Amino acid sequence: MHRIALSGKIGTQNRTVVEEVWAVASALVSARITPDAVSKVARLARLTLSDAELDRATDQLADMLDHFADIDALDLDDVQPMTQPTPLVNVLRDDVVQPGLDRDEVLAEAPRAEDGRFRVPPIVGLAE
Amino acid sequence: MTADAAPLPTTATGIAAAIRHGSVSAVDIVERHLREIDRREPEIHAFNTVLADEARTRAAEIDAQVAAGGDPGPLAGVPVALKDNMCTRGIPTTCSSRILDGWKPPYDATIVTKLRDAGAVVIGKTNLDEFAMGSSTENSAFGATHNPHDLSRVPGGSSGGSAAAVAAGFAPLGLGSDTGGSIRQPAALCGVVGVKPTYGAVSRLGLIAFASSLDQIGPLTNTVEDSAVLLEAISGHDPLDSTSIAQGPLELTSELDRGVEGLRVGRITDLPQGASPDVIERVDQAFDALRDSGATIVDVRVPAFTYGLTAYYLIAPAEASSNLARYDGVRFGLREEAPDTNAMYMATRTAGFGDEVKRRIMLGTYALSAGYYDAYYGRALKVRRRIADDLAHAYADADVLVLPSSPSVAFPMGDKTADPMSMYLCDTYTIPSNLTGHPGISVPFGTGEAGLPVGVQVLAPALGDGLMFRAAAELERRAP
Repeated sequence: MHRIALSGKIGTQNRTVVEEVWAVASALVSARITPDAVSKVARLARLTLSDAELDRATDQLADMLDHFADIDALDLDDVQPMTQPTPLVNVLRDDVVQPGLDRDEVLAEAPRAEDGRFRVPPIVGLAE
Repeated sequence: MTADAAPLPTTATGIAAAIRHGSVSAVDIVERHLREIDRREPEIHAFNTVLADEARTRAAEIDAQVAAGGDPGPLAGVPVALKDNMCTRGIPTTCSSRILDGWKPPYDATIVTKLRDAGAVVIGKTNLDEFAMGSSTENSAFGATHNPHDLSRVPGGSSGGSAAAVAAGFAPLGLGSDTGGSIRQPAALCGVVGVKPTYGAVSRLGLIAFASSLDQIGPLTNTVEDSAVLLEAISGHDPLDSTSIAQGPLELTSELDRGVEGLRVGRITDLPQGASPDVIERVDQAFDALRDSGATIVDVRVPAFTYGLTAYYLIAPAEASSNLARYDGVRFGLREEAPDTNAMYMATRTAGFGDEVKRRIMLGTYALSAGYYDAYYGRALKVRRRIADDLAHAYADADVLVLPSSPSVAFPMGDKTADPMSMYLCDTYTIPSNLTGHPGISVPFGTGEAGLPVGVQVLAPALGDGLMFRAAAELERRAP
């Protein structure tokens, strides 16, 4: 939002005022997530965004990250990360054959199956 | 007088007792609930699937068992509404997402097996925010659920379908999942009891994962006792869930009549602001009621509580971005055909996921990506530890904590859909106990704005579920 408002003013208003505003705001603006970064994230997550979706996602993610900056001020140097509510230990069982899911039942729910396996399009050699 | 004129029990415990005694049939109970569903479901939309035939068949089995002198179990013949992110073998389980539309799981969730063993009757699969991501049940691929108390308002979420089903009388028992408040907040907004038990107390096998270190299954019911009975039936160790606590079922019903004499009830003095005045007034009354009943109110500080929202909305999407990577069109659900696998993954996920799910997957992917991992995910995990430490301090002085369940009563539909951050703030008071794995319960406690229900929340340390139920039962007895 800030980015759009500022770029609209550059070139049409008094330079020195704009430059002053830009100088104050640029730190904030540069810290905000960019459409390029969102585009890269979408690609990593195997999602395709239209241009309009990309703009909206960029604004929304930027708003969230602004809110999440509330933890920036905390001194967390000596704090141990907590990944789980309860201490996890390896759970092992005896190495004996046990019944699993029925293969036909599982494959019946697959989008495509063939010869007792999942059928997928070619993995290499085409686009990208 | 015919048998029809006899007053019918409405609570799950009352229904189960009557069915076990043979004074009412399970088929009759199921038919009565199906009639109620016929009457109001079109305007409420609590269910993705109503399992009328299956419920009738199961009820007839229960009746046959009773007739033969058998005991079907503590939930004999009681209809249960299951959130549609819990796997039911051969019955569609959608997570209210197009990406799983039509998929039928090849196995039952552990809780489904336990419900059957206890004699319960699954009457339907309920609507939710897609993959349990949301606080209003508006983010469903199959349309929003409406609050039975006011159809123009949300039921809360993400377990809004189960909460609405219980509030509307479609089923005396509901099951939801709570990752950041998804049982307790809709319970508060629909005027029912909602419980998130201690992490690991209920098996997550067959609960479709959103954020694995936070997800927990729990009850939505009309009474505290019904929640206790349901939770006793579904809790206990499951060797197939590596996070399941190695102990037997929770013992809760024995706690309900113990009162709160001598109980130390904590009031968090630095609780994040944002609760509306009507909610604050009811919470203040709850403290007064508990004090009148013999509890001691103590002031405690939990400075890191306020950072829970940030920690949660970095950790939960990070875990979700990993969990939801499995939806790629290969093994189950939707596939959008494309010339190669990568294009097929992208087309399938783009078509199958809704906006909020995409937003959280992207946020989580970003928080975990190279260069940002330490700044976002890593720091969030440290804040999580801070919250656990601060709560441990508070629990040195208090046995349980009391606070709002939701910042407000049920809000109008569409109010928060345009601004994701405003929706996330609904979870302010429920999130910390998910981050720490502690139990929490929301109990209806009077009404607020527009005569809508207000929920008061009781929190306890890990495995303090019994103490929590003690306080909750007292609040229920003293509710205005």
